[in-house]
Amino acid sequence: MNVLHFINAFFGDSAHWHGYDGIPTRLREHIQYSLTALAIAAAIGLPVGLLTGHTGRGGNTVAFIATAGRALPSFGLLVLMFVLLGLGLTPVMIPLVVLAVPPILVTTYEAVRSVDPSPVDAARGMGMAEPRILFQVELPVALPLILSGLRSAAIQIVSTATIAAYVSLGGLGRYIVDGLYQRNYEKVVGGATLVAVLALVTLGFFWAVARFTVSAGVRRSN
Amino acid sequence: MFGVLIRIDSVTKRYPDGTVAVDNLSLEIPDRSITVFVGPSGCGKTTTLRMINRMIEPSEGTITLDGKDITQQPVNTLRRSMGYVIQNAGLFQHRTIVDNIATVPRLLGWSKDRARARARELMERVGLDGALAKRYPYQLSGGQQQRVGVARALAADPPVLLMDEPFSAVDPVVRKGLQDELLRIQGELGKTIVFVTHDIDEAVKIGTMVAVMRTGGHLAQFAPPAELLSSPADAFVEDFLGADRGIRRLSFFSSAGLDLLTSPVVAVDATAEQIAERGANDVPYLLVIGADGRPLGWSEPGALTAGDIDPSRLLAHGRPFEHGKDSLRAALDCAVLSPTGWAVAVSADGRVAGVVSQQTIGEAIRAAHAEGRTDARDSGDAGDAKVAG
Repeated sequence: MNVLHFINAFFGDSAHWHGYDGIPTRLREHIQYSLTALAIAAAIGLPVGLLTGHTGRGGNTVAFIATAGRALPSFGLLVLMFVLLGLGLTPVMIPLVVLAVPPILVTTYEAVRSVDPSPVDAARGMGMAEPRILFQVELPVALPLILSGLRSAAIQIVSTATIAAYVSLGGLGRYIVDGLYQRNYEKVVGGATLVAVLALVTLGFFWAVARFTVSAGVRRSN
Repeated sequence: MFGVLIRIDSVTKRYPDGTVAVDNLSLEIPDRSITVFVGPSGCGKTTTLRMINRMIEPSEGTITLDGKDITQQPVNTLRRSMGYVIQNAGLFQHRTIVDNIATVPRLLGWSKDRARARARELMERVGLDGALAKRYPYQLSGGQQQRVGVARALAADPPVLLMDEPFSAVDPVVRKGLQDELLRIQGELGKTIVFVTHDIDEAVKIGTMVAVMRTGGHLAQFAPPAELLSSPADAFVEDFLGADRGIRRLSFFSSAGLDLLTSPVVAVDATAEQIAERGANDVPYLLVIGADGRPLGWSEPGALTAGDIDPSRLLAHGRPFEHGKDSLRAALDCAVLSPTGWAVAVSADGRVAGVVSQQTIGEAIRAAHAEGRTDARDSGDAGDAKVAG
């Protein structure tokens, strides 16, 4: 009775591969929750991080938001939102977004801040407008760090999205929550394995994105 | 496009905390020449440069370009008409060399192909191997990066070039090469160059006009380098120029006026009579030259045996100076370093043109100084007389 045995039993059972509680369905739900949360968090964190990083203003506010966001327990927030808003996707999205905004916001801010000031000075002195300086001079150099912020946010979301199951939603958390309740450890381990694999795939995805979007000149000079 | 005249009129830069970076500065930067701002840190030289392309806005006063106030056009239009070179080159590390250079043409809306073709042209102009075009900045040495910086500034053929301590981060040998290259490029293009440095030697070497500034943003003296060396305005400028300004000033006088002696020169295959005749007039040393006319070395006349002169036993002749091209400073340097106290003058092809004693050089220096004083009074334009070496 070891973990490998559980894994084998879980994935070997053909009943787990179809239906509304099948692996494909749960995986799809989980990816859907994760992508939605990541998209919302990026839509908040990236513009704010880029802007504060470029202007150098609001650094303290960024640090405050980051600390506050990290201090909030996701599960506690979920319960609170569930009580306040009732069933639905929103009470799940809020803790996930709150979890993901700090790493995106802080690394984006830091990434843009840490760009060597001399090319920026040169660009400004050559008559480049501010948005162009941000997107064509700072962003390409800051990109590896920004992607690493998105990556850690994505991985945290993927592992934390399991809490959706506590408020009757789907996703891979279903297996863990139901398995624990039914004392079906095969299901618990199977669900946990799927979450871990999904996290690794996320890691690989961001590696590939960095490989194709970061200029060779930046990759090698750092 | 040729350079334009820049006029700085009663410009003051005061920061909100009360510090005055530039204090009521007025001067005219002549077109098609290199004007160098030099001074210790905190003298406002960089602030002055950055006010010309409006990276810093003056608190008071105006700056005009060919009579037009620089605030009359959009700031980015102004900046695109001025090349900008900074200390560490400030290259875009994510872009290839050719794309770095093409930056301003692209901003001006040139097509990618045209901008890249122009960039390759510029690489050649600043002495960069075309094979580097597709490389990234991290693959280049500091000196090469700085050349890319200069090429990028020149890419859109701006009339004005602003250079903020462009060569201070490279080693002295590379710096000298870059300075010579800048002078060569300037000879071809005739831009209005404003150059900031803390190195007075660099200022004297490349400047047509030199503005010496002192802490607090005051202009201490604005003059051509030769005049700066001959008549510093005050103790600060004199101190800043250093102890050997008299020697350095000799760089501005040509060696063309030196009277060369050809009598103490003998060929390696000279006959006994020739040696005796040349060594007759109490000449302490004779210079032996080879069949190709190049110097071999010095010897006392008595030590030479006709038909049996061993070049390896001669006294080293040291580095000769090129008569007419090198300056009096180079000639004096040769004489001082020569074991015999005589300098060897050669013509452009390396053949010996004659020899000259320290005493003769000393007389030429005195004459040149007397003449220089008259010149400076007459025209105040001794800077044009600068000679190589």
